[in-house]
Amino acid sequence: MVDFFTALTDPNLPFFRYALVTGLLSAIPFGIIGTFVVVRRISYIAGAISHCILGGIGAGLYIQYGLGISWFGPLHGAIIVALLAAVILAMVSQFGNEREDSVIGALWAAGMAAGLLFIAKTPGYIDPMSYLFGNILLITRNDIYYVIGLDILVLSVVGIFYNKFLALCFDEEFAGLRGIKTHWFYLLLLCLTALTIVLLVRVVGIVMVIALLTLPAAIAGQFAATIRQMMVCATLLCSFFIGTGLSASYSLDLPSGPVIIIIAAIFYLLTVVSTKGVKNLIRKAG
Amino acid sequence: MTNPAISIKQVYFTYDQRPTLIDVNLTINDRDSVCVVGPNGGGKTTLMKLIIGLLTPNSGTIRIFDRKPEDAYKSISYVPQYAQYDSKFPISVQEVVLMGRLGSSFTGRYTKEDREIAYESLKNVDMASLAKRPFSALSGGQRQRILIARALASQGRIIILDEPTANIDKESEDHLFEILGRLNTTMTILMVTHDVGFASKFFKRIACVNREVVMHPTSELTGDLIKDMYGGDIHMIRHDHCCSPEGHSNG
Repeated sequence: MVDFFTALTDPNLPFFRYALVTGLLSAIPFGIIGTFVVVRRISYIAGAISHCILGGIGAGLYIQYGLGISWFGPLHGAIIVALLAAVILAMVSQFGNEREDSVIGALWAAGMAAGLLFIAKTPGYIDPMSYLFGNILLITRNDIYYVIGLDILVLSVVGIFYNKFLALCFDEEFAGLRGIKTHWFYLLLLCLTALTIVLLVRVVGIVMVIALLTLPAAIAGQFAATIRQMMVCATLLCSFFIGTGLSASYSLDLPSGPVIIIIAAIFYLLTVVSTKGVKNLIRKAG
Repeated sequence: MTNPAISIKQVYFTYDQRPTLIDVNLTINDRDSVCVVGPNGGGKTTLMKLIIGLLTPNSGTIRIFDRKPEDAYKSISYVPQYAQYDSKFPISVQEVVLMGRLGSSFTGRYTKEDREIAYESLKNVDMASLAKRPFSALSGGQRQRILIARALASQGRIIILDEPTANIDKESEDHLFEILGRLNTTMTILMVTHDVGFASKFFKRIACVNREVVMHPTSELTGDLIKDMYGGDIHMIRHDHCCSPEGHSNG
């Protein structure tokens, strides 16, 4: 643990500070969007978007190194593909007569396949592992700007339209009857989710996105009485998991993504078991 | 003569080429109270969704106080079945009721007036003391009343309730009818139910929906007819396509 703090203050190890700052700042959109994903029950949609992103990352790498367009990188590809997937999924839920799960599956797999093919055709060696399982230590200054931008975007959009998003998640049909353009708000929610997932992919990798998006919110949901409380609680939990995960991964010399997820999963398990246990005790006592 | 609250003329509706409603003609006057009954799959819910504008008919016209359903959302207070909610959703009673005020502003922020109307609506169903409680902590009957309060907060002139008596106990049911009785002095009531028994006590007219829609005055309802309806055999009821609230003129 002491080592971890020494590493943080070491001027020769800037990437460590970047990692921690990014991790803590990104807990805000993770907590807020994660809460919506949990209460609206769209974690499979989040999964499809995250896997699709590999297609965008691959295309970005291919354009950058294969075609030599240096200003275009994997982050641009990831953002474009994530938003595209959000638009497709929102349209399918509106017009697609219950075929949503097939489309989710198709996007999930096709996105990954396209990504791997692009990477195969990109000159030079690229290790897809860091995209699949994340590596927060690869985070650069540019990523920090992305995180700050996303923080501002998510806080302001959700802050302004909070009541409409709440109604959309609680009772979409009723919200529609009150004159809210529910399909536009659903699309907006999916786009914010997509941008958040792009960031999550950076922190924990494609495969583990769903865990860090939903576990903090699911734990918070066991105690929270309102969505607002759930968001605050999920954000705090998320930053706690990222902080402890990073420090543990440094001390134990383990990859950071899986350590963060395992800590989150253990906490989730403990809260589920303990709240069940407390309820049983109350029942027996009563 | 004022415009009818709901006017439906020659409406046809098909789901996937399967006719669900055929030649529906229905006029519901202001401050009328109509109970909609019929077998499952007979088209009750479809009829409600047509009236509130969630579905559009294949042909025919529907008017709510002379407006198209999609433009008339401010005239309608809607109470959906409470069974469809996620029972663990973290939301307070007050937040649920305030949802009835949505649609008045671009951002969806609530004004002081919205909060006052929401509070009045809660008082109207005797639930003002529970405003701060989590919705998930309430009993079935209490949640039903909260959903009615949310509908009242919309301040429509017609209240539409979808199976409000499913899953609630006898006491809550009596309370529900006490509330509806009060509301009927100012509002038109349209309610879908399975429970034809008490429908006869309260409603002025009954609409039987089984692909076709036929109106009956409640005075015509006898034990045998109720039994027939429960069996889904609505054709046993003598159909008179036009009837006044007073009943049929000929025997």
